[in-house]
Amino acid sequence: MRLFAAAAFAALVLAQSATAAERPRCGVPDYLLFGDSQLKHVSSAVVTEKRLRVSVVGTGSSALAGPDGPPSAYPARLEAVLTQRLPGVKVTVVTLLRTRQTAEDLAKGMDKLVADEQPDLVVWQTGTIDAIRRIDPDNFKAGLEDGMERLQKGGADVILMNMQYSPRTETMIAVGPYADVMRVVAQHYDTPLFDRLGIMRHWSETGAFDFYAAGRDNVLAQRVHDCIARAIAALVINAGRLQAGQ
Amino acid sequence: MHSPVVTTTGRDLRLDLFRGLALWLIFLDHIPSNVVSWITIRNYGFSDAAEMFIFISGYTAAFVYGRAMNERGFVIAGARILKRAWQIYVAHIFLFAIYMAEISYVATSFENPLYAEEMNILDFLKQPDQTIIQALLLKFKPANMDVLPLYIVLLLLFPPILWLLQRAPTLALLGSAAVYVLVWWFNFNLPAYPEGVWYFNPFAWQLLFVFGAWCAQGGAERLGPVLHWRVTTAVALAYIVFAAVVALTWYIPGLSHFVHLPGWLEDLIYPIDKTNLDVLRFAHFLALAAVTVRFVPRNSPWLSSWAAYPAIICGQHSLEIFCLGIFLAFAGHFVMVEVSGAIWTQVLISLLGILIMIGTAALIMWYKAIEGRGSTTRPKSANADLAGGEA
Repeated sequence: MRLFAAAAFAALVLAQSATAAERPRCGVPDYLLFGDSQLKHVSSAVVTEKRLRVSVVGTGSSALAGPDGPPSAYPARLEAVLTQRLPGVKVTVVTLLRTRQTAEDLAKGMDKLVADEQPDLVVWQTGTIDAIRRIDPDNFKAGLEDGMERLQKGGADVILMNMQYSPRTETMIAVGPYADVMRVVAQHYDTPLFDRLGIMRHWSETGAFDFYAAGRDNVLAQRVHDCIARAIAALVINAGRLQAGQ
Repeated sequence: MHSPVVTTTGRDLRLDLFRGLALWLIFLDHIPSNVVSWITIRNYGFSDAAEMFIFISGYTAAFVYGRAMNERGFVIAGARILKRAWQIYVAHIFLFAIYMAEISYVATSFENPLYAEEMNILDFLKQPDQTIIQALLLKFKPANMDVLPLYIVLLLLFPPILWLLQRAPTLALLGSAAVYVLVWWFNFNLPAYPEGVWYFNPFAWQLLFVFGAWCAQGGAERLGPVLHWRVTTAVALAYIVFAAVVALTWYIPGLSHFVHLPGWLEDLIYPIDKTNLDVLRFAHFLALAAVTVRFVPRNSPWLSSWAAYPAIICGQHSLEIFCLGIFLAFAGHFVMVEVSGAIWTQVLISLLGILIMIGTAALIMWYKAIEGRGSTTRPKSANADLAGGEA
């Protein structure tokens, strides 16, 4: 009997690790991912200089905790995926993590970021802290505009990235108005919006992920970050009009 | 068939019906990620259930307290309005306690590393001195708990407005519209905590409330002929269709390929500002109201039929049912998170919630009846409070 239980347990573990090893099925429909805005600096950097320097600026949800956190968070995965899909291009992704900062706080650091890193592309992840602290949406918008001005003046393309879809905290954090502001600002500056909120909600609705799960380990988080990185890479390639391999 | 609804003199059952429906819609909209909320009107136009609720609340407040003011004077009516504001305040604080219980629970039970950042919401728990005091001052309002504070402020301001409405209704309405317009110019609002302003700006939303009150004080009769012009209905219907098409482009991405709004029109209408009751929202509500009045006459027989009964009794006990709806939305979301978020659960939770709202309204009516305050045995002088329940 005990043997049987042990065998069943072993089979279960094997089955689970087999599914974990599979590449996650997390496709994103085009309408959620692609728009009309182009990433011109990205195009010229890749085509003429065969390099792509990306800076990720964001708060806590751009990182994962633990010793295996940094290499499996989406910025590191983005570097890996872009390197693989753009053969012959030197791709570097640096992360500037600014936990607990609002869009207005983050915007102030953009001049220094551009001077220090000279990025071709800045992925600016923001909105969550503003929604949690219930920052006045007008101030949030002003902060985003300030940051966009500084980045564009500094000669970098920008992808704005909004909040995560977090069903458990939906009754507590009203992200909607902030997501709307980000869409408006992205449109105004003709820059792509990476709609993390909509994309993750799509994954939830299609059953790709169960975001209600309360697991304490990093497995779900790592898979989600990997999928986010793949989606951002697809957006960069599309909006940069790049030739890419799979 | 014997009418199940006790009609008190002059009470317009349409108000109770639509306020009851608005309460159901507010409940459905407040459950996040609820598939059933696709049926609610916010997806098909600019305005939503909040407009219906505030307008009808203004109408019934004027109807109930206007009569009291006529019969017993300004002081008595004013005192009763303030008592009502106090009840709503207590109800709001009760909901706040439930909210705090929910986030405290999530704080201790939920440890998904993916959402480490979202857990910063618990910072509010780390400063209870600030959070709770600011909540008592109505400056800190958790998500989705903005309607009752608005209602409180509107009622606090209401006694002098009602006084003026009874003497110079046109002047009162013009004054209200003037304040609304001043909000555009000077952009004033009440402060919120930790920063910013109220989600529903009382100085803008008062227009709907006062307009409702104005309608109750004879304005509806004055508007009557205009509402029966064909052209009014045609314009209203055209605007509703326009709003529906625009609203659908927000939710159905594929639609923007077929319906492309010209840039100048987008610049003109966006952003549609809910905080300050955008003119487009107000106009959309007016159009809905005009069409409703046209096609649902006051004496429609089905208003007193069994089909309309559940919504009407909910509308007649709006404060209790509103609070219950907010609580049920919390509870429903909690079940979705803890048990299952599957579509059938969402449908089941939505249906159950509305059934509980109806059952509670019936229970409240029963209590009132056994306490001898039932409308059937109503004493002549006390009918203001019983004119269908409350303001």
